[in-house]
This record gives sequence, C-alpha cells and structure tokens, in this order.
Amino acid sequence: MASFKPTKIPIYPKLGEKVTQDTVYWKNYKAPVQIKEFGAVTNIHFSPVAPHNYAVTAFTRIHIYGPFSQEPVKSFTRFKDTAYCGRYRSDGQLLVAGCEDSVVRLFDVSGKVALRMFKGHTKAVHVTDFTSERYHIFTGSDDYTCRLWDIPNATELNTYQEHTDYIRCGVTSKLNRDLFITGSYDHTLKLFDARVDKSVITMDHGQPVESVLLYPSEGLVVSAGGRYVKVWDLLKGGQPLVSLKNHHKTVTSLCLSSNGQRLLSASLDRHVKVYNTTNFRVVHNFDYAASVLSLALAPDDESIIVGMTNGVLSIKHRKSPEESKEVSHQQRRRPSYRVFVKGKNYMPKQDDYLVSKPVREYLTKYDKHLKKFNISKALDSALQRKPEVTVAVIKELDRRGTLKNALAGRDEKALSELLHFITKNMVDFRFAPVLVPAANMILDIYRSVIGQSPVVDRQLLYLQDLLQKEINYQQELLDVLGMLDTLFASSVPRKELLCLEGMNNCTLG
Amino acid sequence: MVEHGDIRVVHRGGIARYCRFLCERGIFCCCRFLLCGSGYEVKVFSTSTEECIHDLRAHTDLVTGVLLRPSNHLQAYSCSTDGTVRLWDYTDVCNRLMFAMMCVFAEFQLVAVHLPQSGDQLVEAREFSAVLSDVSSNPAATSFGRGGEYIASAKGLQLEVYFFKKQKPYRFFLKEDNKKGGKNTFTCLACHPKDDCIATGHEDGKIRLWRNFNHKKEYTYTTLHWHHSAVSSLCFTPEGTNLLSGGIESVLVQWRYNQESQRDFLPRLGAAITHIAVSPDGALFCTSHSDNKITIIRSSIQVSAVIQGLVKGDSVRTDLMVDPRSKALVLNGKPGHLQFYSLQRDKLLYNLDIVQQEYIHQSGLEQFEVVKAAFDAYGNWLATVEERKQKPTELELNLKLWAFDEQTQSFMLNTTISAPHEARITAMCFCHSTDSQTTVLVSVSKDGHFKAWQLAPATHTEGPSWSCDFVGAYHSLVPECCCFSADGSLLAVSFQEVVTVWSPASWELLTTLSQPPGAIRNLCFGQLTCSKYLLGTTDKNLLCCWNLLTCSLEWSTSMDVSLLLSDPFSENMAAFCCQAGCTDLFVFKPSEPRPLFSHKAVCLGKVTRAVFAPREKMLESCEETSQWLNHSQLYFVTQYMVNTQHNELVISDSVAMTPFSVLLGKRSQQEGQEAASSLLAERTQLPQGSAAVRELLQTPAHVLPSTSFLCSMFVESLLISKQIKRKEKKAAQYTTTSLWLNNTLCPKLSRQKPSLYCPTPILHD
Repeated sequence: MASFKPTKIPIYPKLGEKVTQDTVYWKNYKAPVQIKEFGAVTNIHFSPVAPHNYAVTAFTRIHIYGPFSQEPVKSFTRFKDTAYCGRYRSDGQLLVAGCEDSVVRLFDVSGKVALRMFKGHTKAVHVTDFTSERYHIFTGSDDYTCRLWDIPNATELNTYQEHTDYIRCGVTSKLNRDLFITGSYDHTLKLFDARVDKSVITMDHGQPVESVLLYPSEGLVVSAGGRYVKVWDLLKGGQPLVSLKNHHKTVTSLCLSSNGQRLLSASLDRHVKVYNTTNFRVVHNFDYAASVLSLALAPDDESIIVGMTNGVLSIKHRKSPEESKEVSHQQRRRPSYRVFVKGKNYMPKQDDYLVSKPVREYLTKYDKHLKKFNISKALDSALQRKPEVTVAVIKELDRRGTLKNALAGRDEKALSELLHFITKNMVDFRFAPVLVPAANMILDIYRSVIGQSPVVDRQLLYLQDLLQKEINYQQELLDVLGMLDTLFASSVPRKELLCLEGMNNCTLG
Repeated sequence: MVEHGDIRVVHRGGIARYCRFLCERGIFCCCRFLLCGSGYEVKVFSTSTEECIHDLRAHTDLVTGVLLRPSNHLQAYSCSTDGTVRLWDYTDVCNRLMFAMMCVFAEFQLVAVHLPQSGDQLVEAREFSAVLSDVSSNPAATSFGRGGEYIASAKGLQLEVYFFKKQKPYRFFLKEDNKKGGKNTFTCLACHPKDDCIATGHEDGKIRLWRNFNHKKEYTYTTLHWHHSAVSSLCFTPEGTNLLSGGIESVLVQWRYNQESQRDFLPRLGAAITHIAVSPDGALFCTSHSDNKITIIRSSIQVSAVIQGLVKGDSVRTDLMVDPRSKALVLNGKPGHLQFYSLQRDKLLYNLDIVQQEYIHQSGLEQFEVVKAAFDAYGNWLATVEERKQKPTELELNLKLWAFDEQTQSFMLNTTISAPHEARITAMCFCHSTDSQTTVLVSVSKDGHFKAWQLAPATHTEGPSWSCDFVGAYHSLVPECCCFSADGSLLAVSFQEVVTVWSPASWELLTTLSQPPGAIRNLCFGQLTCSKYLLGTTDKNLLCCWNLLTCSLEWSTSMDVSLLLSDPFSENMAAFCCQAGCTDLFVFKPSEPRPLFSHKAVCLGKVTRAVFAPREKMLESCEETSQWLNHSQLYFVTQYMVNTQHNELVISDSVAMTPFSVLLGKRSQQEGQEAASSLLAERTQLPQGSAAVRELLQTPAHVLPSTSFLCSMFVESLLISKQIKRKEKKAAQYTTTSLWLNNTLCPKLSRQKPSLYCPTPILHD
C-alpha cells in the first residue's frame, strides 16, 4: 500500500537580499587582497594596454602593480610632496601626475626620472590627463585654473580661469581631441573646448564636485559631489537626467563596468554601490572597512580595486569558472562513474523480460522513528538537525496529539538540550507559533521539578529574561506602528472605500 | 438483520450507469470471485482483474448480508431489508430459488429458518423458531462455531453461546470498565473453525480468546492487545491457523493461533477496516474499508488488488467540480486528497494528495482537510485550500496552487501560501478570461477581505509562482461569495446584502448592487448571450437578476433558493429550492423569468452541492423540457446522496462487460422480470431489440453462444412486444440515480410521472 509520507519541512522565504543575476555576478569575486600603502589612496588608474597594469597614487608615490602581483612592479617616488592623479596615456607608455608642489610631472613607464616637468600652476595640481591626440596634457589646480600643455615643448598652450574654487576632478574626451570636462568645488561642471577660449557648457551640480565620468559614447556625463550622483545629457546642452542619492556620505569616486551597463560609485560611507544604467536602481552593494576614496574596475571586470583613507588598497579578483564550480564539488564526493554505468550498458535481447526493481525509499532518522510511533526518539534525533527540521517535527508531533508525551519523561541532560533549542529559536517569528505552545507544555510538565537542577534553572531564568525582552520589543514596535498609523491617517484624505493594496501576509513578530 | 452505519448504493429509475458501488460485506466464492452486497444488489467481482462481472439484482431494498451455500459453492444466499432471502447461482446470474420471510421483528433476534424443499421459485418460509432473543444488530457479532455445533453472539457486555445439541445457552458477562479504564464492550466475534475457541473484539482494542465455554464457571480467556481503538472485524482462516483483525487504525493484523506473540502487519490500507473475509481455500483475504473500497490481500500479506468506488469522505466540503481536461468529477475523497472520478466510465481515475502528510488513523484527531478547490478554465491550474482547526482560536490555513504537468499528466505543486487569510476562506474562483496571459485567483474570507492572487513571471532562479496582487474590503463587511463574469472583465463579490462589482484590470470598485434585507447566499453571472446578467439569491427568499448594462434590477422572484448555479455550456441556470424537506429543481434562462423546466421534489433533503458536467456527445433532443440537458448533465449532492439528473434517451448505452455476459445477462434479466412483480419490472432495464441484434452482429463468432440459443432471442427481438412499448413511453422520462452517502434508511420512493407541472408563477419586477 501507500508508503509512509515523510515529514514535510516547510521552506521559509529567505530574509535579506534577493538573489538576482547582479548579485550572482558581483558576488563572484574572491576574497580581497589587501595591500597597505603609505597614505590615503587618492587615485587608481588602469593602463589601457595589456597586461593592464595599474597605477596607484598614494601619498608621495605612485606604485604600478601588475594584474596579479601583490608587490609593486614599479614605483615613482621622485615627488617632493603628495602626488595626485597618476594617469596613463592611451598607449600605456607615458604617465602623468600632479603634485602638491604645483609641478606636473611626466614619466616614461619604464624610466624613473620625470621626462618633463610642467611648471606654471601656483597651487597643488589635483587633476591631470592626456588628451586623445596624445601630445597634450590637461591639468586642473587649486589655483582655480585649468591649463593645456604641449608635451614635446613642455609649454603651456592655454589657461582657463573660469572656476571660482578648487578644481578637484576632470576628464578628457576619448573621441574628441579638443574637449575636456572639469569639476570644481564651486559646485559646477564645465565643458571646455580647446579651440575657443572659454567653457562651452556649464552644469550646476549643487555640491562640491568630487568626481566626473564620461560615458564611452560621450553623450552622458556623470558627476559625483556631496551625497549626490548626477547624470547629465551633453547632447541636450547639459540638461540634468537623473539625480541619485543612495549614499549617506560624500561620494568620492565613479566608475563604469566594462560593458557600460553598470555604474559604480564609492563613498566615504564605506560602501560601493552598483547601479543599473538603464533605470539607475541600485542592484548591488559592497561593504568596505574604511571610507573609500578611489575605485577602479579592471577591463572585463576582472578585478575591483578600491583605495581607502587608511591607506589600504583592496583588490578583489574575479573567480575563474572552474573555481566557482569547485565549491559544489567539494561539498560531497560522488560515487564513481562505474557505479552509475553498472548494468546500464547491457543491451536487452528480444525475449528478455524486464523486472523492475522497486525503488527503495530512504527515510531520515526522525521519520523512521515517527513511522514506528517512537515519538520521544523522533524528537531527540530531530534536535540534532537544523531548526527548520526540528520545528517541523515538533509541529508534526503536535498534529498527532503526542507532543506532550514526547516532551515528558526527560532527564536533566535531555531537558537542558531541549530548553537550549527553545531559548535559541523561540523569538524567531517563523518558529514562534510552534515553539511557544511547546514551551508552555514543558513548563507545565516540569513545574514540579523546578529547583532540583541548577542547569535547568539557569536556562529557565534565561528564558524568562528572553521573554521579557521580547515583550518590550513588541511593545516598542506597537508604539511605532501606532505612530505610523496616525501619520498615514492624517496624510491620506478620508475616502469611502478602503483599499489596502499589495498588503503582504508578513505580520510583525 | 439490518446493518446500520454503512453507505448504500441505491439506484432509482431503470439504469445502472451512474451507480457507484459500495461494498457492504464482501465474501469470497472461490479464489476467482468476490461477492459483496452493494445497495439493492449483490455484485460479483473478479479478484484478479478488479472488474465487476455481474450485478445480481432482484432485491427491492438494501442487501444486508451475503453468504456462500455450504453445500454448493456455486450458490450464495443474500438477505435484504425487503424481507427476502435469495439464493443465487452467481456464475450465470440467475436467482433460481427464493423464499420470502414475511415477518416483522420488533427488536433484533436470531431465528432459525427451516428451508422448505420445493421446486418453486418463490417459497414462503413459515416455520421458524427463535434461537436467541435480543442479539446485536451487527452481523459481525454473531457466528457459527465448529461446523455448526454452537452459535455465539455478543451484545453489549454479554457473550452468549447456544449449543444446538444441548439446546442450552451459556452467558458470560464482563465488567463495564476495567481498572485501566478500557471499555469492555464487545464489538465483534469469530469462532475457530476446528477448535473450541471464540475470539471476541472489544471497544478498547483488546481481543479475547475464550475457551472452555461449555462450563458455566470454569471458562477461561486470554487477552491479546495491539489495537489502540475498537476492533471492528475478526476472522479466522479456514484451517484456523491464523486470526485476522482490523479496526480504525487501518492495519490488518495477522495473529498466529496458539503463538499469539507472533504477528504480521499490513499497515496503511487507506481507511478504517470494516469487514474482513477469507476465501474458502485461505489463499486470499479481503478487507472492506470505510471509504468504499475493497482490498484483496494474498495470504502472504501483500496487497494484490484494490476495488475502489467513489471514495466516501465524511462530507463533500469542496464543491463538486469538473476537471476541464479529463472531464472528471472532482471532490473530496480520502482524507487530505481530492478524487478525480470519471463519470463517463464510472470509475475512480486517481486521488491527488493535497495535504502530503501522513494520515494518522485515530479518532478524535484534528487533521488537515481539503475544504475548497477551484480549477481555472483550461485545467492548467488547480487551487486548493486546506485547513485544520485544533482549537477555536487557532486555525491553520494553507492555500496551494497546482500546475498541470503535461509530462506526468497530473498536477504538480507550484506554490504554497501558508495563512493566506486570517479566517476561514468561504469562496474561491479563478478568472475565466480567454487570454491565458494573466491568471487571477480570488479568495474570499471571513476576515472581511478578499484577495486577488496573480501568477508572477518566472525569475532566473525559480519558475513562476503566485503572489498577492490586491486586497479588497468594503465597509468592513464580511464577504460571502465571489464570481467572475464569463469574459473575466468583472468580478462580483457579495458583502452581506451588498453586491460589489470590481474591475480585475484596475481593481476599481465599479458599482454596488443591493436588495436588502437578506444577505446574499449565491452569486452567479449569466453565460454566453446572457452574460450581461448577474443573479443572486438572498436569505430572505429572493432570487434577483440584475442587468449590468443598466445596473438595475431586471426581475426578481420570491423563492427559497438553496443553491444556484449556471451551466457553462449554455445560458441555462439551475436553482434548487428547498421546501418542506424536499428539493425542487428549476431551470431557467436569466433573460426571461420563466422556467424552462421544473421538477417538483427531485429528492429529499437539501441540495448542498451541484455541478453541470459536459456530455461527451451532444444530444439532439428537440423536446422543450429536455433541451437544457443537451450539452450537459446535472449532478447534485443532497445531505444524503449524490444524484444525477439526466435524460434517459440512449438506453443501450450501458457498459458492456463481455459480449457473452451481456447476451446471457439480458436473457436472464428478461426471465427474472417475468417472474418478478410489476414494481420490479419497472425498475429493471429491458434490453432493446435493436441492441440485441447489434450485439449479435458485433460480437466475434467464436465467443458467441450456440445458434440455437441465440435464435429465439433474435426472433424475439423482432417482435413488437408490449414491454417495449411501455419502455418507449418511459424513454423520455427523467430518472435519477443516486448513491446514498449517509446512514439514513432508504425512503420508499415512488416514481413520479414526468411532471409537466409549472411551478408557482414567477413575479416580474
């Protein structure tokens, strides 16, 4: 006849973040490699050519790291003061960096000594970059000016004095040799054209601009300043497109993923957030130990590199496909291939009669006990399992009307084990409806022996504490609920029809 | 002896197509056949194929017992509450001999009847003598022992043994309660075939083996205890080596005689065991169960066959439904299951396990029950609600949604929603929209809300699942029923006396309709051309029809409608009105307040559930009163039974078992009919001439009986007999077939002439 139906273990909805394709993608990184630099890491820039080394600007040096090395491949240390903004040229041969001492230095990647020194700024230079035709350098400085330099002659080509505060970020166009954008602490972004003497477009960000990013298509520009990340449409003359406020401290760095589908923003609030660039919703979030100052993504998102205020450079490499699969392999060793093909490659002859082998059903230990109505043993073996399983077995015993018998007749050790489970899981709202009556039953059964065992007494006292705490929590929650209700009631105009849309069944507590 | 507490099959009218059998007490004839009393008839089943081979029909009332004739194993006796005992040749369906006992017993007593030796078919036994007075009404509590030397009977706390030789009864008494509080009342007994030993079953689950009972004082008994509740049946194997016992635990226990510590068990037989029988050679056992099932078990304690009728649950708590795919009738079956019952083949298709929990066979235990179920229009989705109420404050509710799986051809669990509402769900329906893009389920609960559930699209990790889309309420009134319009564009939800009409597209309240006083009891949209009408019935005996285009009352009439339902295959609506213990049926179209058809007193009691089931083949009836049954048949359940209202036009349509048995069966029926009373003649179906000829021509020659045998029948079929005329007259009548689902005694039903009676004039509003 029908076989024994095993106890059904309910699947509880997972709390916390939902697993989406993005979480799967962004979680697929190895544990971070941490490198301690001498000071706060202000800038990270990847070489555009393979093997994609990256330049890390921290304090008075620029270190060049290889894609997998944990030691710097090369260091540029000839700075008199704090270095800023080490950036590669598009051919990966030259590197430019600003400095606190207002001198802009140009290095050969293979050399050590600066090839050119561009002097002209009067204050610290925080922004440097190569223009797309590779022979000019654009710089922005704390003296409110930005300048264009000619590399071969080391001469200044042009000076723009439009900003009224420090220029702390800027980027040159990759498609047009004459365009570059600067962001300044005067809350504005300005698009300059080298062919004319003044800015072409001015955009008001509203906060001191910390970072500017151009889309690969260069139709959109993203700026970060204060807690806001704003997207501007250049083709519409600098019209604001979106304003995002997802961080609770100043956003310091921006970065695009390799396919341009995701935007990453790093902030002093120690988070890096990933946005979908079609709807600008946050799809993923990384937590770091300290405030993040700089952020860079390797080509093809092979690694995420983050520089922090405490001088730690955190490098996360993407897991290779084998590695991500390996996890499941390690969980359980499967029987060998021979086991599965055993007898399967036999070709039946014409007169053969197939006798089907009955499939043996496997029952877990507690189900075996339940099948034999050994209720106390079933509960004992279920206590060794996950709380979901134990609660399901307790529920099953309750359904059979034998929970009281299963709980009764325990010695000190067994009872303290049971009480330990109950105190651990009773306040979990998923299990409370089952465990509260069970706890009541235990108290009823063992009321007469209270005071005989110090172990059990201690646990009972703890249970009492726990309940008192839980009652207080619930009280507070109800208070909040009442406050919210009054707020809602006052804000919603009174209507005849009451429609509660999308109310879910999740009850509080 | 009348046995109470069992379900009986009753078939009214002439045809047996829709009879569901119900096993009363099975006995084996030999290893090949199994006889059991089933309603008004005795059924013969094959033990190997599980098929019903013969229906032995002659009794005019419930068959209460079947017994093999000890001297001839090809004959069997059957007794019935109509006061007759019949002797059957069950292999060729003749009741050769029959004698009637015309006696009325004030209370149950055991009588010995001397069988008169005469050649007549009907003899009246006048000589009988009372052996034991005041015996239990349960036939399991009486048994012959050791080749008929004595008879033992138990009632209450008393065991009585009567020795035929000494003509002397011995009585043994037990105390009412023993020390441990067990109840000592006798429930059944069995006598050892070879040894002086009587086994008795008790209320507290004990079995006592009595020996030395031919002494007044020195009798002894030993006690066996395994069952935890009352033993309902006991049986010794023919050699007396084993004792079989069964009870509510639905475990068959085999005890070795004299080595009682050795036991064999056959657990999980499905439902409480009511009777146990053993074949004369001891090779097969059979158990009949409380859910209308016979299990045939080999002596090695392995199930070999299961004969299952319409599963009898405690009550039909789900509505009657028709599965749109298999066209099967769907209702509660085994505890925690839904049964799919094919009406065309009159066979149980399968049971769908809804609760998926081990059922504990123990009385007084609250377990999950399926209380609501609904299919969507194409049969792709099934929604079920199960509930368990342990304490009045704690109600456990689960809403489950099942998707039809093409590969396994059954329903697979898709989503489980625990606690979908805070109180009991009173109604549930799917949107019948024609585009299957969005499927919406609406559930209505006593907590004052109705919720709409929608199929959410599949995510990359998991398939599509259901989630709550909308929660609606109206003035904190309690909603009662809900209904979607035929095209799925409107949802009507009744809140006490107010009907609210919502748009499922935007979940806007479109309009409210009300006709106070009286809360709405039923709500139904018109179908097809009448889809602009919404019909409702109220507590205060009012049937209202609203026109949804004008949002006004079209007409209303005063009648106490207990159930209103619409035929999805035509415009017709059926209304059952309960009046003075009887139920009347009215069929009408919503567009005009005039009944198309009415039938007074369709059945006794209140009709609780009904459904229109589609016909396999459309009928081409032109008669005005029967046109409404062209597309579908109406099935209904009263408090007592499942009924079907159908048009009997195709007579030769009954299920043929084997060509041979059909031919022979018809002949013997004809014979029997001539002998029987006129009342009986009306009940039994006549073969139709053309059908016999058709059978003759279709059957392969090598299985036909001899030509001489067929000749007379063939000639007869060409004659226009009086009987056939009478039958033709009967052809257009409405007949009912029913299954008794409760232990009420069968009422004497007199057939009514087709009522062309027009009911009370319906008032126009």
